[in-house]
Amino acid sequence: MTRLRLGLVILAALALAALAAPLLRHWVAADPFEPDLFARYEPPSATHPLGADELGRDILLRLFYGARVSLIVGLAAALAASALGTALGMWAAWRGGWVDAVLMRLADGLLALPALPLLVLLAAVDPAKLGLPRGEAWTDMLRIIVILVVFGWVGVARLARAATLSVLATDYVRAARALGVTEARLLRRHVLPGIAAPVAVATSLAVAGAILAESVLSFLGLGIQPPAPSWGNMLANAQEAVFAAPMAAVWPGLAILLAVAGCGLVADGIARRRTD
Amino acid sequence: MRLVLARLPQIAITLVLLSLAAWLAIGLMPGDPASLALMSDPKLTAEDIARLRALHGLDQPLMERYLAWALGLLRGEFGYSRLFAQPALAVLWPALRSTLVLVGLAVVIAAVAGVALGALAALRPRAGRLVDALALLAQATPSFWLGILLIILFAVTLGWLPAGGLPNEDQPAWMFLILPVATIAFGQMAAYARHAAAALTDTLRQPWIRSARARGAPESRVLWRHALPNAGVPLLTLLALDAGSLVSGALVTETVFARPGMGKLLFDAVMGNDYNLALLALLLVALVTMLATLAADVAQHWLDPRLEDGSRG
Repeated sequence: MTRLRLGLVILAALALAALAAPLLRHWVAADPFEPDLFARYEPPSATHPLGADELGRDILLRLFYGARVSLIVGLAAALAASALGTALGMWAAWRGGWVDAVLMRLADGLLALPALPLLVLLAAVDPAKLGLPRGEAWTDMLRIIVILVVFGWVGVARLARAATLSVLATDYVRAARALGVTEARLLRRHVLPGIAAPVAVATSLAVAGAILAESVLSFLGLGIQPPAPSWGNMLANAQEAVFAAPMAAVWPGLAILLAVAGCGLVADGIARRRTD
Repeated sequence: MRLVLARLPQIAITLVLLSLAAWLAIGLMPGDPASLALMSDPKLTAEDIARLRALHGLDQPLMERYLAWALGLLRGEFGYSRLFAQPALAVLWPALRSTLVLVGLAVVIAAVAGVALGALAALRPRAGRLVDALALLAQATPSFWLGILLIILFAVTLGWLPAGGLPNEDQPAWMFLILPVATIAFGQMAAYARHAAAALTDTLRQPWIRSARARGAPESRVLWRHALPNAGVPLLTLLALDAGSLVSGALVTETVFARPGMGKLLFDAVMGNDYNLALLALLLVALVTMLATLAADVAQHWLDPRLEDGSRG
């Protein structure tokens, strides 16, 4: 219980930071995107609470704006992957036969693949060749979300399938069927609530995974492109400046750590609540 | 043996599908070799480019080019790396060795430290909470950030260890391994500690442990002789599932520390439009990944004959 609460508090604080980014921008009267070369690597001060980065931009402000990118990508990718995974997992368990076999072989195949090199390969795909505009922040985000969903549904689907199988074998499902409930209603009213808890655990872990994956891709220069800030690309810039401003490399990583730990605590909390 | 025979065709099919998918993805990347030639030599005319495209078959449909390339692979023609101007294999082998050394060392250290922490957590509930918190922290720490922090501390501030790269002749190689190995091992250790604690706690509740204690076996013998070997099977499962992601996950650590391993090679090849090398590196990493998983599965069946063929246990 306390874990769940702690995790939710951390995530709520980060979400608040993401929402409050424009307020902070107004308050510190700085621009998160425009370089100010006179303020390069400025140490923490009243105007720049965490100092300024290699282009003289306020680090705290960029962290707040980065929270928007990281949380939106993480939540959107994980929720989409979880919805897709739940649907496919339930379908595989309910339908059985070749649908089950094909879906699970596909899942096994995707799990066997080296995820990160594939992400790198896919992230290097030129959006212009797919007819999408290039270099806009939202296309970067959309591309990462799509890539993460392609790989992310697998874990949820396997869990949802296993949980659905065990629910379908219960007496109350047999009773409902005997009473003449339609299959659609059976899945919606009896199976879905029954598998909600494991799916919730898998989803919160998926949010953590998506936030981490986005930061890795952005760190490698394949995710969110500057000047739009993301915790990952802030770290990439900071690594090049470890000699000039070592502290600039600490904050974005700390933000990622908090977000991932928050999701982990929530997942742990839900899982424990179930067993208690 | 049956397990190996059943898995090999699966591995082959996965590799074929992966190579096809990767080929299509590369077709969607910016720039082809002819336009790269144009970039390096502005005196080339449009006719020259068209001739180059025809010469190298770049005007052929994507699928025909894929078939030609795949047949070449089967004949043992692995082609060249554009980026390194060497045969692709000459670039791949040293990189693979470097990655296996890095990951192998990290896994051994992580497993030993993780099992020790896990045992501590299982035997002393008070320490268990601490180990739990540490595991949560370690799992939430992004590895590239940890790498940067280690560089800041040990290379920039203290100056004890190199920040990355490869040693010269007069520098010992192990100094360049410490920070990357520590980076990978720290994150891994957490997972091992958690699973070792869970498996040990579970094993210590089994009836044979009670009877061992009832016979008067000393606690150390109960732990080493009875509990740990039985708790080892789920740990091996974890290792089996991890082996692959570790080899490919080394990409980030290798990039942070500028170590020329498989991950960095693949990343540089993708970034440098060295498509042949990128494809071969991806397939090699996938192959190593699947073979490592298979090896761990075989070891697991050998340790625990109760497992049925084909199940992950």
